[in-house]
Amino acid sequence: MERDNHQVGETEGVKICDPPCESNPPADTLATSLSLLGNHMFPDPVERNYRSTVKEEPEDSLSDITAEEESLDGDPHPHQVTKLETEETESSGCQNNVSTQQLDIENEDAATDNDRSDSGEFVVTMLAKAKLEEQGIGVKGRSSPLLEAETQEPPAFMSHRDEDVTADSWRQHRKHVFVLSEAGKPIYSRYGSEEALSSTMGVMMALVSFVQSGDNIIRSIYSDGHTVVFLQKGPLVLVCVSSSRQTEQQLRGELLYVYYQIISMLTQASISRIFEHKKNYDLRRLLAGSEKILDGLLNLVDSDPSFLLAAVHCLPIASSLRDALSQILQKAITPNLVFSILIANNQLLTIVQEKTVIEDSRLEPADVHLLLNLIGASSAFQAGEIWTPICLPLFNPDCYFYAYISYLDPPECTVCLLLLSTDKEAFYAVAECKRKIEEAMMAQNSLSLIAKVQSYSVSQVGVSDLRHFMYKPFDVPDNYRQLTQFTSPEMEAPYSSEEEKMRLLDLYRYMHSRIHSSSRPLKLIYHVAERETLLAWVTSKFELYTCFSPLVTKACAITAITKLLRWIKKEEDRLFIRNPPKYSTTPNPSKSSRGGKSDQQDSTDNGFLSLL
Amino acid sequence: MGEKLPQVQGDPQLRRDTLSRPVRTLRAKMVLLGSSGVGKSSLALRFCKDEFRNTSPTVGCAYLTQVMHLSDVTLRFEIWDTAGEEKYHSVTPLYYRGAHAALLVYDVSKRDTFIRAQVWLRELEKQYVAGSTVLWLVGNKGDLAQHRQVSVQEGQSLANDRGLLFTETSALSGDQVDKLLLAVAHRVYECVGAQQGGLSEWQETPHVDLRRRNHLFASCCKVGP
Repeated sequence: MERDNHQVGETEGVKICDPPCESNPPADTLATSLSLLGNHMFPDPVERNYRSTVKEEPEDSLSDITAEEESLDGDPHPHQVTKLETEETESSGCQNNVSTQQLDIENEDAATDNDRSDSGEFVVTMLAKAKLEEQGIGVKGRSSPLLEAETQEPPAFMSHRDEDVTADSWRQHRKHVFVLSEAGKPIYSRYGSEEALSSTMGVMMALVSFVQSGDNIIRSIYSDGHTVVFLQKGPLVLVCVSSSRQTEQQLRGELLYVYYQIISMLTQASISRIFEHKKNYDLRRLLAGSEKILDGLLNLVDSDPSFLLAAVHCLPIASSLRDALSQILQKAITPNLVFSILIANNQLLTIVQEKTVIEDSRLEPADVHLLLNLIGASSAFQAGEIWTPICLPLFNPDCYFYAYISYLDPPECTVCLLLLSTDKEAFYAVAECKRKIEEAMMAQNSLSLIAKVQSYSVSQVGVSDLRHFMYKPFDVPDNYRQLTQFTSPEMEAPYSSEEEKMRLLDLYRYMHSRIHSSSRPLKLIYHVAERETLLAWVTSKFELYTCFSPLVTKACAITAITKLLRWIKKEEDRLFIRNPPKYSTTPNPSKSSRGGKSDQQDSTDNGFLSLL
Repeated sequence: MGEKLPQVQGDPQLRRDTLSRPVRTLRAKMVLLGSSGVGKSSLALRFCKDEFRNTSPTVGCAYLTQVMHLSDVTLRFEIWDTAGEEKYHSVTPLYYRGAHAALLVYDVSKRDTFIRAQVWLRELEKQYVAGSTVLWLVGNKGDLAQHRQVSVQEGQSLANDRGLLFTETSALSGDQVDKLLLAVAHRVYECVGAQQGGLSEWQETPHVDLRRRNHLFASCCKVGP
């Protein structure tokens, strides 16, 4: 085992001297069966490709983020990262602690390896079987001449669902996400059809249950170039296979979003009930039609920093306009209405809550993200008014709200109203609220004012070297229970192309992982990357990520940040939803919300009631 | 196909030439039921906007309205376009309860959707009060004739056996869609409107107390969504 740990540690990317997988003796350890999984999913051509690129570059894979950066970052040696507050050299320190962290994980897994001798063989057989199936039987269903053609590049018209899972292009996706049931039944795959992947998912489940049989939990696997992260949630197993170099922590957070999105459609209670009743239930039956919502979520997770920061990005508008909109929402209420949310271009304009709700619990950013994704992913909303059950997993994972969703500006469909009620029969009453809101907005000409609203440019801050930033204020006593928000300017040149945007986000993700490292959290990082310089700073009041041009000096950057913070303070009222108004939908204020609702017939499936 | 439509007024212009006269406006609830992907939303879009778009799966239920002018009355159709996905089945009673017209939609090129429509029919029949709901079987995607799995005769004979009305449509081409809506309107007005309290009058701010309706399906909501 000792040797094993060591090897995994090496594979980690601290230093890779020789390719580990091929030199391994036949799979007789967990780690080797894991590398078999790697082989299985990313067979030789890809692996070799990857290795050859790695070999050309200095093996400093933890201190760099993207491949491009790697080449230059590696050159000036570990010192490109200079911390302002800590004493030792950043990179080596980081590497050390990251690898120990990984060793810890491996050690955890290793605990199970004692009884490996019995069940190890089983895993290997399983893996071999699955591999056979995938290449033989799995492929047979498709016409073989087509298959050969498809190995190059999937045609543009092909949806991700029809992708050939044996093709190289499939393996090269940056981030795969799989969801399966404990019985090993496929539920969702980001790329390729679940049927074609059933044996791959079977292997994943074999790994999970193998480790489980030793009273342990598999958390992650590191192979060179890929990180495999497992998350078990009730009867569901979520797996992420990523070459994005994000940390395990970040990837697990993303898997959690996927889980929450599934919960938002089905509720945790009904999922557990279904699987208690029938272990090998095919959950795809219930998720049919929702794949797009999950696909959309994963694309957002990759491209929108809100998920990384666990905060909501609201549209910057004059506080007078925001207040006026909030008041309109505040006036159009009906019993059992709990949240009124106004959205423009998929960003929050304002959010108004029922008084008693805000006292009991606040709306979590993740729940807002799920709602925004639901609206963004479904063009069907544009047709009419929608009335649908929806669960807010962080608010209460077992109950439904009923959401009324309607666009206020057809046919453009940019301004969207979302009203959440706890009463499933309240459609007509809630729809009436929408008419009131529409009328009031018409009277105040709000729609045309909203149409003029745009995200802001970093140039407004007036700091020449500053290219981009993300600022997330923390809860302070007087705005406790307020939605966590962050503000960020438009990504402008040189971050206008999709690739460059992604590259900057990857840099931010790296900074974030360093700040939030579980073993060695940092307060301040000054990171000189290849084409830009980044500075991240976390205090008790805020979390800030800034991106400067590469020629900025440390002193300059610090002055710039002081300026930036002053600017944000000045613009606060425009950048954030400051004092979200509350309303009371209980007809009689002397009655508690509980009393007000007790006259409903079927209170059992009223989400909010059972929460109280 | 057209000859199967009962009570179709030969001239669709008929519904417009009565605009000048002040007529009563009655509310009529119509629900579209059927498997996912049979074209319920496309039909609803044809009914209301006479256009065709590729739609993504409906979330929950979409609510649309369309006003139909008949010779002596105006019907304001409140169309509940339900999601066909199984996860929403337990909430569907919420949408079809108290409907004056229920359109059971299937895809003529997919036999299983035809079978599914019959399951919906059985469920509706459980709460069916004679004369309160007009049931209509709709075979959609008539434009996919070359992939047809359910013949016109089959649809027609199911409709005859179970006392439904039957039409084949194409939401893609718009074939028979107008006629269907008009026929449903006439039928609803004749069957339901004639009854005491069958259809309620529509005011600018409609208020309906849904809670006093029967609770036959209240228990359904305990399973799943």
